[in-house]
Amino acid sequence: MFTLPSLTQVIPEMFVLGMGCFILVIDAFISDRLRSISYWLSLASVAATAWLTVTVAQNAGLLTFDDMFVNDSMGNVLKLFTYLVVALTFLYSRSYLKDRSLFKGEFYVLGLFGMLGMMVMISAHNFITIYLGLELLSLSLYAMVALDRDSPVASEAAMKYFVLGAIASGTLLYGMSLLYGVTGTLDLTRLGMHIAESASINISVMLALGFIIVGLCFKLGAVPFHMWLPDVYEGASTPVTMYIGSAPKIAAFALFMRLLVAGLGGLHVEWHVILTVLAILSMGIGSIVAIVQTNLKRLLAYSTISHVGFVLLGILTGTTEGYRAAMFYVVTYVIMSTAAFGMIILLARKGFEADRLEDFKGLNDRSPWFAAMMLTVMFGMAGVPPFVGFFAKLYVLRAVIDIGMWWLALVAVIFALISAYYYLKVVKLMYFDRAPRDAKPIQADYDVRWVLSGNGLAILLLGIMPGPLMALCARVITF
Amino acid sequence: MTTDFPILSILLWLPIAGALVVLVAGKLAPISVRWLALFFATVVFALSVPLWTGFNPGTAGMQFVENLPWISTFNVHYHLGVDGISMPLILLNTFMTVLVVIAGWEVIQYKIAQYMAAFLIMEGLINGVFSSLDSLLFYVLWEAMLIPMFLIIGIWGGPRRVYATIKFFLYTFFGSVLMLVAIIYMYVKTGSYDILVFQHTSFGMTAQLLIFLAFLVAFAVKVPMWPVHTWLPDAHVEAPTGGSVILAAILLKMGAYGFLRFSLPIAPDASRMLMWLIIGLSLVAIIYIGFVAIAQTDMKKLVAYSSIAHMGFVTLGIFIVLLIFQKTASTDGTVMGVEGGLVQMISHGFVSGALFLCVGVLYDRLHTRDIKAYGGVINLMPAFAFFLVLFAMANVGLPGTSGFVGEWMVILTSMKADFWIAFGAAFTLFLGAAYTLWMVKRVLYGPVGNSNVSGMKDIGKREFIVLGLCAIPVIVIGVWPAPLLNVMHATVSNLVHQVVQSKL
Repeated sequence: MFTLPSLTQVIPEMFVLGMGCFILVIDAFISDRLRSISYWLSLASVAATAWLTVTVAQNAGLLTFDDMFVNDSMGNVLKLFTYLVVALTFLYSRSYLKDRSLFKGEFYVLGLFGMLGMMVMISAHNFITIYLGLELLSLSLYAMVALDRDSPVASEAAMKYFVLGAIASGTLLYGMSLLYGVTGTLDLTRLGMHIAESASINISVMLALGFIIVGLCFKLGAVPFHMWLPDVYEGASTPVTMYIGSAPKIAAFALFMRLLVAGLGGLHVEWHVILTVLAILSMGIGSIVAIVQTNLKRLLAYSTISHVGFVLLGILTGTTEGYRAAMFYVVTYVIMSTAAFGMIILLARKGFEADRLEDFKGLNDRSPWFAAMMLTVMFGMAGVPPFVGFFAKLYVLRAVIDIGMWWLALVAVIFALISAYYYLKVVKLMYFDRAPRDAKPIQADYDVRWVLSGNGLAILLLGIMPGPLMALCARVITF
Repeated sequence: MTTDFPILSILLWLPIAGALVVLVAGKLAPISVRWLALFFATVVFALSVPLWTGFNPGTAGMQFVENLPWISTFNVHYHLGVDGISMPLILLNTFMTVLVVIAGWEVIQYKIAQYMAAFLIMEGLINGVFSSLDSLLFYVLWEAMLIPMFLIIGIWGGPRRVYATIKFFLYTFFGSVLMLVAIIYMYVKTGSYDILVFQHTSFGMTAQLLIFLAFLVAFAVKVPMWPVHTWLPDAHVEAPTGGSVILAAILLKMGAYGFLRFSLPIAPDASRMLMWLIIGLSLVAIIYIGFVAIAQTDMKKLVAYSSIAHMGFVTLGIFIVLLIFQKTASTDGTVMGVEGGLVQMISHGFVSGALFLCVGVLYDRLHTRDIKAYGGVINLMPAFAFFLVLFAMANVGLPGTSGFVGEWMVILTSMKADFWIAFGAAFTLFLGAAYTLWMVKRVLYGPVGNSNVSGMKDIGKREFIVLGLCAIPVIVIGVWPAPLLNVMHATVSNLVHQVVQSKL
């Protein structure tokens, strides 16, 4: 007999879906002059979703839809950070998109659908839901990359992303189907129990694990599945890059927690080794290749790869502390990366992208305040205290040393040292070089200026007072 | 001793707050920032004086302690306090910052507000480094201090400033990250970041060795010890005068301070096992770098190499104690070695700072640091020549100047340990005299070198005040070092007793 599942837990998701469709329809009927309506509606939707999530978190059950959907505190906190970052992306991109006649409702609708995909991923408790959320996110991202359809680079990036992304999704799906074949279940808890009970590990489970890790690491951008990342970052327009480079990392982290830790936790010994190798490779390639980049977006892409390596360090420990550290790392990294792309948007103006490194030359002469903001971001990413990036690295390193892998911690700090070089290079351009004579003053609108200032100060303040965020991560992760 | 008045916090945060005021005021009124910066630097110095007057020299314990929880998840505390080792260094720092602010008065025209702010921020952070008793707080401040120094060298430095400053940053960062791993390791073992807890925890021999080596890299880079000293001449040559002064007077002391605060008390057994390494490296620094200094043609490079040689004295004085104990099994007379090292640190702070200021005075006039470009300066700048000769003599270690006290104490202690070590150490007196006096001779004496020199004006009021302020402590410590020794005595003898006891 069919009974209606409890819908309270999914109210935020349903709301986003409804608003996404609503804005899509509204947008079709309003003229370009009133396009701001879509923008404000999208922002309002994100804010309302945050409110709904907070409300739902307090008074709703854990599982619903036949255990396909989970509503736990980790998921809710991760979702709130996702909203925050998506809202930041919207705020940053308004004037940028306007200047390039890309200020279309589609950007916001796709952004909302992508956010819905991330929410489903974060709350997924079943292979089907995981796949559903992942594909919803991925398809939105492919379309967003291709949004600037007259740009050959963007189209190329979109094609590349689509083809490689489809392969990764396929791999993930294949791994899931193998696991289904072996265990007969799609539910993550039952899968976890099944794997914990089975004494021997058979070859199909190992294969499945391999496929799943490949799929996950592709989405996260770990080496050697990182090839798409620099091209997509460079090819997509900056707001889209900002979108791809931030919130989906949070969702991907949730996916690791749900799939590897909750579902395949019994195979920790196996994935521990795999992730160790991937983490070292990611930190290494990310740190070294970034040195020779001349395009800031590409540089940030490689820096993402090396940060992903650090996130993997936290996850591979297999300890609660490690997961907490990884969550702290992801959240703080996303805040820093948003600010970094925000800087590119700030300096950009009509017909000028500001995504080359030399566009930052002499920024201290042109705007000391924003040079200081970029300095904050760069030293934050390099892991220099007192900025929050340091505490993220500290947390992860502590988790790694806690399980006795101090050699891995040494490897990590050496790569952190190497990566410090290219962050310093950006600071050098801003502070030690003089601005070219034809440099124009910054034209960005006030909303971008204020949001960026807040974002940069957050990196400093979280670094001086990292306690509350750490406590939050510790409270919601109890695996 | 706990006081209600959080004097150490004020010394840490007031300069940083002052820097922000200077930056904001720099936007509104471009002239006032110099006075504003001087105001803050003076106030901070005035506030640091009670550290000296209120200090109780009878105890080895921490004084002016403040302890608040900072990051509860990690059990990190905002734990400040000073003892006889760190208190004089804080005073040195607040004093030198005042001089640096005055020294940059007219010389720095480009982005003066940022220049002053960078030095004020650095002052606060360094005060924090010397007073933090929590290793993570120490690390955060130790690293954070790199950022203003990086900018100071890079923005206001010489032609090769970018190379020099990136080299400086990466070298120091490299040392520091290894230290971070060691700190986290100790945290995992003890569940605390408190330095005093570390000092009273018994680590095994392997652990001690690894901890010692990790800290050694961090501190050796900072001191700097041969062979990781190569960043220093580059950084000094390219840095603006103020940057050189702070670098030589304060930053180098942080490495030696680290040995006293971390390496020796936390890993005493490893220290005893590896003391030969440190003593050997110190002797190499003293003798080999002394020869290198003779060959320099750039005045700043010469002073920089002389700094390395003098810092070799400091590390020698600190570690020779262990050798004496090994040979005689008693701590009699060993305290003098560490105290000598400490006096040498303070003295070198004033002397090398002053020498860099002197070089700055010359550079401001002829815009070259090449010794050959000068000659006969004494004919035109008699007041300046007086100061240069004074500081050169202090650098050589002439009795009556502060340089003599420390060197003499270290050599005397070395004699107890081994004649040849003492001989090597004493050799530096000869080398120091050679490179310093030869430079003085070529710059000051002889006929007036060229037409550029003949146009040089003697030091003005501002420069006279700066150099005069440096000269006072150099002579006072040289003639009457007892107050300084008195302040550090209890702490140092406690430290020595802590170090000679095995933790195994």
